[in-house]
Amino acid sequence: MKRLALLAMAATAFATGASAAERTKFEFWYGLTGDLGEVVANHCKLFNESQDKYEAICTGQGGYDKAEQNTIAAFRAKQHPTVVQIYDAGTVNFMLSGAIYPANKFAKDYNLDIDWSKYFPGIANYYATSKGEMWSFPYNSSTAVLYWNKDAWAKIGKDKAPATWAEFGEDLKALKAAGVDCGFAFDFDSWMNLEQFSAINGIPLATLENGYGGLGAEIAFNKTAFVDHMKDFKAWMDAGYARIQTNQTGKNLIQSFADGTCASTTSSIANHGTVHNTQVAGLNWDVAKLPVIDASKRTNSIVGGASLWVMEGKSKEEYEAAAAFLKYVTAPDTGEKYIAENTGYIPVTTAGFELLKSEGFYNDPKRSGRETAIESLTASDVTPLSRGIRLGNFTSIRAEVRSELEAAFAGQKTVEQAIDAAADRSNQILRRYEQTFKGKTLP
Amino acid sequence: MEKRATFSNLWLAAAFIAPQMLLIFTFFYWPTGEALYWAVSLEAPFGGSNEWVGWLNFQTVFSDPKYWDSVRVSLLFALSSTALSLGIAVLLALFVDRRLAGHQVYKFTFFLPYALAAPAVGLAFRFIFSPDAGFVSAVNRIWPGLWNPAFNGNDAFIMIVLAQAWMMVGYNFIFFLAALQSIPRTVSEAGAMDGAGVLRRMWDIQLPLITPTLFFLIVINITDSFVNSFGIVDITTGGGPARATEVMVYKIYFDGFRGKDYSLAAAQSIVLMLLIIALTFIQFRFIERRVHYS
Repeated sequence: MKRLALLAMAATAFATGASAAERTKFEFWYGLTGDLGEVVANHCKLFNESQDKYEAICTGQGGYDKAEQNTIAAFRAKQHPTVVQIYDAGTVNFMLSGAIYPANKFAKDYNLDIDWSKYFPGIANYYATSKGEMWSFPYNSSTAVLYWNKDAWAKIGKDKAPATWAEFGEDLKALKAAGVDCGFAFDFDSWMNLEQFSAINGIPLATLENGYGGLGAEIAFNKTAFVDHMKDFKAWMDAGYARIQTNQTGKNLIQSFADGTCASTTSSIANHGTVHNTQVAGLNWDVAKLPVIDASKRTNSIVGGASLWVMEGKSKEEYEAAAAFLKYVTAPDTGEKYIAENTGYIPVTTAGFELLKSEGFYNDPKRSGRETAIESLTASDVTPLSRGIRLGNFTSIRAEVRSELEAAFAGQKTVEQAIDAAADRSNQILRRYEQTFKGKTLP
Repeated sequence: MEKRATFSNLWLAAAFIAPQMLLIFTFFYWPTGEALYWAVSLEAPFGGSNEWVGWLNFQTVFSDPKYWDSVRVSLLFALSSTALSLGIAVLLALFVDRRLAGHQVYKFTFFLPYALAAPAVGLAFRFIFSPDAGFVSAVNRIWPGLWNPAFNGNDAFIMIVLAQAWMMVGYNFIFFLAALQSIPRTVSEAGAMDGAGVLRRMWDIQLPLITPTLFFLIVINITDSFVNSFGIVDITTGGGPARATEVMVYKIYFDGFRGKDYSLAAAQSIVLMLLIIALTFIQFRFIERRVHYS
């Protein structure tokens, strides 16, 4: 009996001794999947190899939606990760959750030494509170650009991408006359067609500065140039200039552009690498800033992608480990450069951008044009209308817009009726969200 | 005196059923109870501040015309995919039962679709039926624009019905075949001796004798098409175009897991649960009467 007790004591001593030498672990969950998910997993690996004090346990959640969903479920069961990657549309839920450790406070408490002013304002504002405090760390960011086929445009004697939507419409007509079967591929994605369009042209998507001013915001997109914009799309489709391309039709936007079927499309800059890797041989293309309504009044486009949130309720040791990780993955060289080199995402700070430029990153023919995204994001000072979108349950609002546009383009109703219906339903969603968070104010 | 096999020891009996009860409680009653609670409150995604709102969530659900659209789509989907898959399965089973050449191979291959996961079936159907690149795009080469499930709601609906029916055919086939093979040969042979042809024997002898199986399969298929259609819809159409394929279970998924409106999703699941209970009840009450158990 005594021997046993001694043995047990020795074993305990051994175990504690061993764990003291072990690294401090913390959990990081991410939403990116496929190739991009592997880039994140590798980022973790690089961090773990870069030092021997901390260890990030990184788990892919199989999608942005699921990352948010699983984090919520885990938080309710008190099993949540320390750091989580959450997509743009999830920002408002996290801000109101009471479950997070605001990034600015975290950075101060754990001496992260981050110069918040270095973030591109177009990116910083999207993830900041209405008072301009950043509550999460921008990680993978992109914005929308126009992908255009230079050879197709050469057929109509032009070597520049159209700057305005009016010019774009004329080009499409000329392209058709020149024998280009599909001048423009589009889908009903609200991020490009509604959100970026509204930001770049300085028109509101919702009242109260697109929701930054509070949960009482109401939809405004049914009373803006967005309606005419969609009518143009429909006219182009009906005239045979443009085509709907989705996974359901067989080829999505990027596939139909990369194989030369359609002469242009709008998509995220993050697909720049994909087009290069999947294009048919000899496709002569470039990216340009999205067209605007009035070329003299372009404002900045908004960001898409995801940011890293620190969750509350973890031990000091875990936070120290997380701090080291965040420092590593947001630094210009080990963070931004790594992401930009391995994906189509863009650097998020001026420091990162300057670093890439100084190293000749954009001189590589495969990457030339990616700086267009930075130009687009910094086209103007950030205005209250180009700051971002801060609406509750925005995922459902996007879905309303999409399905109503589908109905309009299939000829079931007019574009006005469809967008009015989408606005009406979106307002109901917003009121429900407001009621769910009754008594809470948006930070 | 009547002899009964009963447990005199109630505690022992309780111990025997406890594991099963525990499972049912954990995976059915508890979540259902939670859903009921959420359905009468407004639950914030991260929890914390839920407020009792009574019937508000149900009112929101019932006053939404799009919800009724999804009910209509679900019912239509359940009826048409069940009818289609049972019809095909019974035909296949009747002919395999005739032991035509190669019936062993058929028996094996007909069952295969059921071994596939719904999302895999969805993906396959999306490729086969995609208007630009799929198999069926040949149709569009002859009649441009005839088939486009990305654009035309009816086409999309037909596509998910086909996918669901195709997947269930194998399952139904095995049950039908088993039922047919349990019919004593003598019955059919007697019919044959009386001069009944193949089709006449199928219609008047074999089919009436497998009605218990038919009834069982109707219940299973209807329930399955309500709850398991999610995998197919999510991959092939995402509920679109313009909600033409938004079945109830997909709407629940979208509102709850994507929109994070747990209360709205909970209210809808309660309605769906009641609907399935009601449908099953109707089937037992009215259809089962016409079933002859031997």
